[in-house]
Amino acid sequence: MIMSLEGLIKSIGSIKFEILSPDTIRKMSVANIVTADTYDEDGLPIDGGLMDRRLGTIEPGQKCQTCGNRIGQCPGHFGHIELARPVIHAGFAKLIYLILKTTCWNCGRILLSKEDYEKYRRLMEKYKQKWPQLRYKLAERIIKKAKLQKCPYCDKEQYKIKFEKPTTYYEERPEGTIKLTPSEVRARLERIPDEDVELLGLDPKSARPEWMVLTVLPVPPPVVRPSITLETGIRSEDDLTHKLVDIIRINERLKENINAGAPQLIIEDLWELLQYHVTTYFNNETSGIPPARHRSGRPLRTLTQRLKGKEGRFRSNLSGKRVDFSARTVISPDPFLSINEVGVPIEIAKVLTIPERVTKMNIEEMRRLVENGPDVHPGANYIIRPDGRRIDLRFPKDRKAIANSLDVGYIVERHIRDGDIVLFNRQPSLHRMSIMAHKVRVLPYKTFRLNLCVCPPYNADFDGDEMNLHVPQSEEARAEALILMLVQEQILSPRYGGPIIGAIQDYITGAYLLTKKDTLLTREEASQLLIAAGYEGDLPPPAIKEPKELWTGKQLVSLFLPKDLNYTGKASICNKCDVCKKEQCPYDAYVVIRNGVLISGVLDKKSIGAGQPESLLHRIVKDYGTDVAREFMDKAFRLFLAYIDSRGFSLGIDEEELPKEAKEMIREVIREAEENTMKLIEMYNEGLLECLPGRTLEETLETKIMQVLEDAREKAGEIASKYLKSSNSALIMAKTGARGSLMNLAHMVACVGQQSIRGERVTRGYLNRTLPHFKPGDLGAKAHGFVYSSYKDRLNPVEFFFHAMGGREGLVDTAVRTSQSGYMQRRLINALQDLRVEYDGTVRLPNGSIVQFKYGDDGVDPSKSYHGKTVNVDKIIEEVLNK
Amino acid sequence: MVKFDIFKHELVPKARILSKEEVENLKKTYGIRKEQLPWIRKNDPMCKALGAKPGDVIMIIRKSEIAGEAIAYRYVVPW
Repeated sequence: MIMSLEGLIKSIGSIKFEILSPDTIRKMSVANIVTADTYDEDGLPIDGGLMDRRLGTIEPGQKCQTCGNRIGQCPGHFGHIELARPVIHAGFAKLIYLILKTTCWNCGRILLSKEDYEKYRRLMEKYKQKWPQLRYKLAERIIKKAKLQKCPYCDKEQYKIKFEKPTTYYEERPEGTIKLTPSEVRARLERIPDEDVELLGLDPKSARPEWMVLTVLPVPPPVVRPSITLETGIRSEDDLTHKLVDIIRINERLKENINAGAPQLIIEDLWELLQYHVTTYFNNETSGIPPARHRSGRPLRTLTQRLKGKEGRFRSNLSGKRVDFSARTVISPDPFLSINEVGVPIEIAKVLTIPERVTKMNIEEMRRLVENGPDVHPGANYIIRPDGRRIDLRFPKDRKAIANSLDVGYIVERHIRDGDIVLFNRQPSLHRMSIMAHKVRVLPYKTFRLNLCVCPPYNADFDGDEMNLHVPQSEEARAEALILMLVQEQILSPRYGGPIIGAIQDYITGAYLLTKKDTLLTREEASQLLIAAGYEGDLPPPAIKEPKELWTGKQLVSLFLPKDLNYTGKASICNKCDVCKKEQCPYDAYVVIRNGVLISGVLDKKSIGAGQPESLLHRIVKDYGTDVAREFMDKAFRLFLAYIDSRGFSLGIDEEELPKEAKEMIREVIREAEENTMKLIEMYNEGLLECLPGRTLEETLETKIMQVLEDAREKAGEIASKYLKSSNSALIMAKTGARGSLMNLAHMVACVGQQSIRGERVTRGYLNRTLPHFKPGDLGAKAHGFVYSSYKDRLNPVEFFFHAMGGREGLVDTAVRTSQSGYMQRRLINALQDLRVEYDGTVRLPNGSIVQFKYGDDGVDPSKSYHGKTVNVDKIIEEVLNK
Repeated sequence: MVKFDIFKHELVPKARILSKEEVENLKKTYGIRKEQLPWIRKNDPMCKALGAKPGDVIMIIRKSEIAGEAIAYRYVVPW
């Protein structure tokens, strides 16, 4: 039952939007709809009703009265409603207003002097030839210019037109303001000659202005507004049908009243009601009028609502189509996978398939897969025979026979297995690294597994994140994914010239601990680590031979570095001394690698971290290629983890203990700050404080107090980090850049410091004070959210409250920021998605027009540049000097 | 009013009107029609200073930190 679409598929050359003319609507129509009902008592569609059988069938087994097709094949056919009186199309109301304003009410000519008219006519002709796109700009200019008080053609005085949203027009005549009926509006629009219509920026052939006032309304076929039958047998109609029922009902009433010669007032009321229904039929969110509601009180979902917004036809059904060959589940970490790999649960691997053509070479293997069937992992779900027939392997009992009947030319839809290329994605897909190609590793359990180094590009963590996986189905797609999208090809970020994939958290701590000067390993330990890292080869000669053979961590790391690598750089733990002692650095923070040997310095975030430009990792990727870089990350990084595993690394708040003298010093610093604040307040009270430029006295006081308190916290933090043992876990993590900062540490051990709301001290709460615990007008530090305690000391209730206020602001900020930047991103992508770089280096739109003459005006690929520059002079000098 | 020569300002890139032959050459090198170039309005200060008329093509030479010089072309349109 597969219908071939070949020969039926056409490509769209161009699209033109026009306004439907009443004649076109009647010509399209197969039925005049006059009855506001849908079905009669027997449940049969009423002729001339909204479910008229000529509009196309939606019931199975019935033939369409118009085209003779059955359900599914019949596309549906439009009907129409003859409106008793014309109504304004609310979508064109603004344009109608502009046209009424610029044309004569009597003769319909544009209100331009005859000379101006001729001038603009000529200009319009010229524009049509040379700058067709600028015609609308010219029309705008004409509309602005056409303001004559007296028509130059018929000498009639012109009156001011007023427009009241959404669909009413008034004319201010000398005898008073009158409402213009849609009939009158339409009559005026009809009078405008074709030549003048053109000057207003419309094409009279496809958009005569009077067509903006509806006299006939098209009725969409039931296929776009299907009724649903509930289990109880009650029919429920679509919102559009409801709205059409309303329109027909009022239209018929209006017709009867006109024919019966009812008073003008009643007719006008009904007319207005008809206008309301037609307006809400198009858009039920028209501003200025109440939305039409369902009996239950829910607003109706009419035409505009169907198309618009996130849940509309475009974003939800066309751009957001759901796809086959995809899977989604929770992710979890697996440091034993390569960065290129993704762990796929067996259950998922048995559902996702790849079509593989049977050849002489693989027939044996394919037979085995078919025999395994859909329930055993390396198996297959379907076979496609050369004649196009599909065999479902779930049902036949004797799969062995089917396997034996397999022949060259068959296609087997086999399960994905180790080594297959798949695309892996985490939303929001903000940059190209949000979708990367991975190689499959089929694993037990139910989560996708990924190497920790690829967390930064996906911005993933494992607190319940889910990710999507897609299986490319064609050989071309797989080749493209493998060459362009594989994780290792994405190590360098195009955002800044640096690796976005690299060491994070424990990797960094591990690397630091391993490469520290005092890390010495016995033969057993060293061997153990190297085996864990996948090193195959001999141990290097030990660094210390007597009294015991010992190896340094640096030696082990060197085994994984390219043999001719030269690199110098500073580590993250660098103290930024005034005079750098380079190799003699007392903190071992000067990293030197000569000929692939780590001579001095520890490896930490600055050398191997994710997102660090000009780092060791960056150098490896750029100079040795992505394969070497991947291997380094798969092997050396595992070495770091193996070391931190065997050494052990933990953290508890009990460890963050300061000696008495340090505590004393911190207390002294804070006391001093408090004193200074008091002094400032005193000065302020006595009027001795001098204003800072551009600030009031109060603001000056606030900033000065903030400064004093900020300094105090910083000083406290410095003291704390000085007195903490260098083996302190939190300190190691902060200094190496693995996790947390010195500020976080200071919060824990020294003092949490000033809590701020909108960049100011806490000021809101009660009248003239923040909390009833303080005197009104108290300007002191304590009363405005300064937290003296550290987390370890515990916060008192007042401090805790201020801290919660500050914390809440942070949460609100992130929530607001994400939604705002999300919308910004959406608009940016919509604007840029069709641009592309052509082979000649220009950036062009799909129609061939040029946006940039050279990509970025310099043609530089940031991911291949040195931090935006084309050459790295320092590196070249170093290389030359080393020779 | 004293006329200010905008080209003397260091932030204003150098620019000139292309001759007919140059325009033809440009069209050939990029394989485009004139309208497919980026547009510039005739009352843009740059066009006014150059005296460019609608239909002209102007060449703009910008200084670039990395590429040294970046050359761009603009098609002058009325409006």
